Amino acid sequence: MSDNTNNHDDHGHHHKETFVTKYIFSQDHKMISKQYLITGLFMGFIGIAMSLLFRLQLAWPDHQFTVYEIFLGKWAEDGVMDPNMYLALVTIHGTIMVFFVLTAGLSGTFSNLLIPLQIGARDMASGFLNMLSYWMFFLSSVIMVLSLFVEAGPANAGWTIYPPLSALPQAIPGSGAGMTLWLVSMAIFIASSLLGSLNYIVTVINLRTKGMSMTRLPLTIWSFLVTAIIGVVSFPVLLSAALMLIMDRSFGTSFFLSDIYIAGEVLHNQGGSPVLFEHLFWFLGHPEVYIVILPAMGLVSEIMATNSRKPIFGYRAMIASILAIAFLSTIVWGHHMFVTGMNPFLGSVFTFTTLLIAIPSAVKSFNWITTLWKGNLKMNTGMLFSIGFVSTFISGGLTGLILGDSALDINVHDTMFVVAHFHLVMGISALYGLFAGVYHWFPKMFEGRMLNKKLGYIHFWITAIGAYGVFFPMHFVGMAGLPRRYYTNTNFPYFDDLTDINVVITFFAFFAAAGQLVFLYNFFNSMFFGKMGSKNPWNSTTLEWTAEVKHIHGNWDGPIPEVHRWSYDYSKMNKDESDYVIAGQDYVPQHIPIQDNEEELSH
Amino acid sequence: MTAFLVVLVIILFGVAVMQLNKIFQLSQQAKTEDSEVASGKDNNTQGYLMLGFVFFIYGLLALCFWLWGDVLLPVSASEHGLEIDQLFLVTMILIFVTGIFTQWLLHYFAFVYRGNTEKKALFYAENHKLEFIWTIIPVVVLAGLIIYGLFTWSDIMSIDEDEDPLVIELYAYQFDWRARYSGEDNALGEANVRLIEGVNQLGVDISDPNAQDDKVVNELHLPLGRKVLFKMRSQDVLHSAYMPHFRAQMNCVPGMVTQFAFTPNLTTEEMRLEEDVITKVKNINAIRTEKNIDLIAKGEEELEMYEFDYLLLCNKICGSNHFNMQMKIIVETEEEYHAWLAQQATLAETLKN
Repeated sequence: MSDNTNNHDDHGHHHKETFVTKYIFSQDHKMISKQYLITGLFMGFIGIAMSLLFRLQLAWPDHQFTVYEIFLGKWAEDGVMDPNMYLALVTIHGTIMVFFVLTAGLSGTFSNLLIPLQIGARDMASGFLNMLSYWMFFLSSVIMVLSLFVEAGPANAGWTIYPPLSALPQAIPGSGAGMTLWLVSMAIFIASSLLGSLNYIVTVINLRTKGMSMTRLPLTIWSFLVTAIIGVVSFPVLLSAALMLIMDRSFGTSFFLSDIYIAGEVLHNQGGSPVLFEHLFWFLGHPEVYIVILPAMGLVSEIMATNSRKPIFGYRAMIASILAIAFLSTIVWGHHMFVTGMNPFLGSVFTFTTLLIAIPSAVKSFNWITTLWKGNLKMNTGMLFSIGFVSTFISGGLTGLILGDSALDINVHDTMFVVAHFHLVMGISALYGLFAGVYHWFPKMFEGRMLNKKLGYIHFWITAIGAYGVFFPMHFVGMAGLPRRYYTNTNFPYFDDLTDINVVITFFAFFAAAGQLVFLYNFFNSMFFGKMGSKNPWNSTTLEWTAEVKHIHGNWDGPIPEVHRWSYDYSKMNKDESDYVIAGQDYVPQHIPIQDNEEELSH
Repeated sequence: MTAFLVVLVIILFGVAVMQLNKIFQLSQQAKTEDSEVASGKDNNTQGYLMLGFVFFIYGLLALCFWLWGDVLLPVSASEHGLEIDQLFLVTMILIFVTGIFTQWLLHYFAFVYRGNTEKKALFYAENHKLEFIWTIIPVVVLAGLIIYGLFTWSDIMSIDEDEDPLVIELYAYQFDWRARYSGEDNALGEANVRLIEGVNQLGVDISDPNAQDDKVVNELHLPLGRKVLFKMRSQDVLHSAYMPHFRAQMNCVPGMVTQFAFTPNLTTEEMRLEEDVITKVKNINAIRTEKNIDLIAKGEEELEMYEFDYLLLCNKICGSNHFNMQMKIIVETEEEYHAWLAQQATLAETLKN
């Protein structure tokens, strides 16, 4: 734990900042976090817009829409969407939402904003690497967006890019230049993510202020730390898979290809295995969903405690379950592969480890619910999204019991049931975490300005109703046996009766998307014209609210505060139970020393 | 022109919202600086909304079942499928009980403990007993589920060759299926895509004695009550042989042979008489009749009326026609099956021509 209270003077908040160093190539973690957020929101806008296009196609497969022609051009002549374009839309929607919005946009934004501020550091361990990490992310986003405009269309082999489909342009047009750009973009993205993660880990371990022991850290920091560790462990494996795929595609190797006859000729490749790719992909792919959900869990824990005016229930159990989830997440990847031809015995092992994850998840859910119990709930928008998070995490997580069970997975594998499951448990939940975080820490990001709460409430209720409206019915489509990634379900009669459900889902999808426009308006409007709140608007205990409202390099004008307690002293009573520890104030910030009239907890 | 008008309307709508917001902001100026923090009134309203929301969730679920209960897959047409359905039911009951209970706690607490200025929250940081309880309950329940699941899984996946299953190859390629029956000897001839030539579409090794009596067809006929062992191959990219009515699925992987076995226990005819299937077919035909009215008006070809058949679907993204890669499956009695099979030409015969 470094004590850098003495050297704050030589920190650079005196030398002149130009526009470029302040807003573009900034090395300040607060600015970088805003850059991540706005890039993430922009990518999210594209991702959600794509989902609306393919939802239209699914609901009215026989109908011609001019809107397709406007956005898709030659891929939708006369308003009929090309099946290849449909696959491209679902592929890029998945890629953008998982990596660019929920990994970079969520973990990138809040790790950058909160790690230095909540542990009491002047900035990240390496401001330069941090800047580099953002700009590599930006570059990868640009390449991904550019790939939408190549001649043969963007990558469309599914976001899981299983070879041989992703390796052979003869198999699907998107596996030409589109897939090359996809792979290049992802390679840069992975490098960016690794730079970011290493920085987060080093910062949390080395730069905590005096008194900030690991058991006094807010759960946000714990979850960012563990997320970064999982990222460092698993992302390189995806990079290796991507590199091997690049070699198979361009240099004639046979890592993943064997015995293929396509477009009238036999390919020379022999000895490779697509199953190997699936192993490598899911070795990242599964931890990835925890990379997405853990930061959201951390944010939700923090926001829920603050707004319940209660300590988070079972702080140590929460940390233990984060660690347990992180460990288990790296040994369950095979549950995506029960019916891939993998040895059935491996299937048994992965069923076992997978269902084990339900235990720490259940512990976390019950702890959140107990945190609400006998609280004094402040229904701020961040709080609503946190409650919404627990709700969708439970409903989405429970169906994991079906998918994680190899015997049951046989019949729902790759159906719309899977789509419904993972959207609720990781997509919607993580988005709720993101929104909760934005509403809660907006004042910290934008120098005291607050988001409009009325628009926030509207945003929440539209999203909450829309999300369930989309994904509850989708389970039924899946249980009816409809495979995912089907361009239309009316090409043969058996699934004709699912069209009604698809129309309902699409209706709710548009409803929910309209709600996001309210958020966007609120976000950009409040950024410039939002009302100024007080320095600590939510009466929170954590250190970021003691930092200057005005952004300065180094965060605190004076010395860095010293920490004397854990971050959850909400509604703590004094020894004789007559009043709160600090009379009339239901929270004790972390930098306040232990008072004479209070009992010290073991933190 | 319409497009221009639409854009204009959107812009004007945007301007209107902005103006409204400005008025709204001006009228609010007198309030304190924390006006964007939830007030007691907000807590109250949002608390009630939370309570309403849990009923919305329950209602939505009930509505889904009521409206769409009849689209679900009918009873399993394979023996192991009955076990899967049993396990599915047990898991679903567990999910519903847990889900309904925890959603209620969550939203009810959000409602009943909604804040106000007088209320004091309870400083309640941990309780090892409680935490132990909700660790141990999932442990026990999951242990049960895992054991139940693993037994079912190994029953399905372990294939006893002594049972003398009927061996059929499922061959997938963009964008269709072929089935190769192993013939009298019940052994498939060797095959590799490198041997594909002319009518030998599946690349069967013609010199292999086992291959002579193999029969390649594009409609899958299965005898009732006999275990069928499917050997799957793919010619080009990953496909997945998904037979939802039999609760069966296995990927077809280029470069390797995968397998799945099941015993059909309902013929196509019997399945057509199942109540669920009758309802489903009736619904589908109602939809098709309605569509036909439109089609006739446009002078286009009418849709045929639907009759139930088992399907083999591709369930792994495989290219532009992925959504239409299917094959009909017919389950029939042993005699019907043999009669059908006898009509099919063997590979040796096909290649001679």
